[in-house]
Amino acid sequence: MADITAPAYRTIPIVPALKPGAMEGKGPYIANDKHQEALGFPGQLVDNWHDKAIAKMGELLGKFRSLRVYMDACVHCGACADKCHYFIGTQDPKNMPVARQDLMRSVYRRYFTFAGKYFPKLVGARDLTREVLDEWYNYFHQCSECRRCSVFCPYGIDTAEVTMAAREILASIGMGQKYSNEIIGKVHKIGNNLGLPEPALRDTLEGLEEDVKDDTGLDIRFPLDVKGAEVLLITPSADFFAEPHIDGLIGYAKVFHATGTSWTLSSMASEGANFGMFIGSYDQLRKIALRIREAALELGVKRIVVGECGHAWRVAYSFWNTLSGVGDGADETDRFAQMLQRQLDHRYKQPTHICEFTWDLIQRDALKFDKSKNDKYVITFHDSCNVARGSRMGDTPGGQFEIPRNIIKAVANNFVEMDPNTTRERTFCCGGGGGLLTDDLMDLRVKGALPRMEVLNQAVQQHGVNYMAAICAICKTQFSKVMPVYGFDRRMVGGVHQLVSNAIILGDN
Amino acid sequence: MSILVAILFYFAVLVFAAGLIYRIGLYARTPAPLKIPTTPAPTTRGGVVLRMTREVVLFESLFKGNLWTWAMGWLFHVSLAVVTVRHLRYFLEPVPAWVGFIQPFGQYAGITMVIGLFGLWARRLFVERIRYISTPSDHLWLVVLIVIGLSGLLMSFVVHTDVIGVKNFFVGLLQFRIGAVPSDILLLGHLFLVFALLALFPISKLLHAPGVFFSPTRNQTDNPREHRHLSAWASKLESEN
Repeated sequence: MADITAPAYRTIPIVPALKPGAMEGKGPYIANDKHQEALGFPGQLVDNWHDKAIAKMGELLGKFRSLRVYMDACVHCGACADKCHYFIGTQDPKNMPVARQDLMRSVYRRYFTFAGKYFPKLVGARDLTREVLDEWYNYFHQCSECRRCSVFCPYGIDTAEVTMAAREILASIGMGQKYSNEIIGKVHKIGNNLGLPEPALRDTLEGLEEDVKDDTGLDIRFPLDVKGAEVLLITPSADFFAEPHIDGLIGYAKVFHATGTSWTLSSMASEGANFGMFIGSYDQLRKIALRIREAALELGVKRIVVGECGHAWRVAYSFWNTLSGVGDGADETDRFAQMLQRQLDHRYKQPTHICEFTWDLIQRDALKFDKSKNDKYVITFHDSCNVARGSRMGDTPGGQFEIPRNIIKAVANNFVEMDPNTTRERTFCCGGGGGLLTDDLMDLRVKGALPRMEVLNQAVQQHGVNYMAAICAICKTQFSKVMPVYGFDRRMVGGVHQLVSNAIILGDN
Repeated sequence: MSILVAILFYFAVLVFAAGLIYRIGLYARTPAPLKIPTTPAPTTRGGVVLRMTREVVLFESLFKGNLWTWAMGWLFHVSLAVVTVRHLRYFLEPVPAWVGFIQPFGQYAGITMVIGLFGLWARRLFVERIRYISTPSDHLWLVVLIVIGLSGLLMSFVVHTDVIGVKNFFVGLLQFRIGAVPSDILLLGHLFLVFALLALFPISKLLHAPGVFFSPTRNQTDNPREHRHLSAWASKLESEN
């Protein structure tokens, strides 16, 4: 960390000049054979990697319309070029979304199009060489799959889809990423990303009950594996002990306590995160999601509520129904999904975001707050990319922006917005999403945070902001790590439910 | 010469139609296994139709992304649409009233089309990041379109070609009758490039035109919690369990 310094803020956020090669390198650590093989990938780069990679690309082109269309449709208009936080922060032209896509598109053209086969130079097609492969590994691990580029593309081309495909191809020939694959291994083996086994988790939760009792004088429970509970809470495992995440977990527990909701965590599915999305593997995405289905069936819960986590909410909201049947509206003949959907209570949305849960209670006057408890804070809200551009809350489009803000305004007096070009669907990624939240990418993480830090700094100067709320475990971890590099207090970042926790008035129920 | 032009015409139209049908079929057949609309997204089918219409007619996302590219790109595309409709008069006898109505606009649209194209090319040449991402074919397509536009404008405004002759030729071709094409170098150049454009359309970046309609981030309804979305290959995974 010592040698990593923050890039200077730009006074007017103009498009930075290109610095070709600025982020050339080897990329993050490559997964070893143990981590690879645990997920069914080859341990080392296979001998016939060239043919296998092209075959895999062909397979993915046939399975994913997004990839198929996005490889063809780009006209190099450049609308996306200055939208990526990694490009703005690093100035490496290969971090422009269109250039990142072209790392793969050039190979696609060479092997799958007429023009690329016969006139490669004309259309910028190239052979898949070892150098190209290394370049893929490096630059497809400088994308956090945040989808900001897709907002501005006239064809809706989503670089995240291309990055996922590239990572899937790389993993399938033996070049998986250590950070993500190791973590996925832990999810399957132990139940969560942190590798916290059931007894340790139970201990942690009991310790938490004692701490909260000391703090509030109340018996606020953190139940684990309770059969017949109404609500199953699926939350990122960072909530169990990382700072500031844990204060959010306490907030959820207080909301459940205040309304007398019976709830439980699951040791089998003690993880909301789903890194299967990051590595672009439908197979892993599905396997990880199936744990939640299994836990829900086993515990017999009526509702599934998801804690503050960005990509986890995208997976839960957008993919769970497809992957595991957590949702509504399955065919009568769809036995797989119906098995679970008959059990769930469809007066509620399945799954429900914890912010939807809390906001619903606030609207029904079921929660009381002392807003002055948050008066020491001037609060702003950082929209987390996956929530903003890959999901929804509530009944209307954009509910994912309104509901967290509504909660903040209901529990605190001082709320201000950041520059509207960088909030809601135009929000910047924190710089650590998409499987990049690893120490071996610290330089990238610091530079990728630059756009958000610039805008935050504006809000600090203008409004005296001293609390940036976020509803994502990765945002929270990333910001508390990189904000000190930019001269901010690490405790400036926190959850929405941390604010709820501060202000909530608990009776004796 | 007339026979050559006729052969190229039939060839270009055939390749254009067959290639496009093949490509669109490919897009349509390829499943979209996951719900990935870029949110906020419409929650109803009607809302999606509206979103797509705004995208295709107004280039809504590009407008958000870059005002210059949007202005030049939109000017070019709208002008091209008007110009194309105007050209129907060379294929239809009698000329429908609405095609006749558009005639004066169509001629000036030729000018705005070329202005738009030069604007887009200027970005490619002078904006550093756009120059970086441009391939030779990106430049070449703009040149082809500019030459098509300029040659057309020259024939409209400066060196008039024998439009009656042109019309007789193409009305004839539509009835599989090969007449005589006016041997005018501007006209032949114009036609040759248009045929090339048609024939290359299905194997080039011009596929963005059908592609946008199949883009899952734009054409999907935001209702994953309400309806289970399942592709054929994904549902097979379930029966294997």
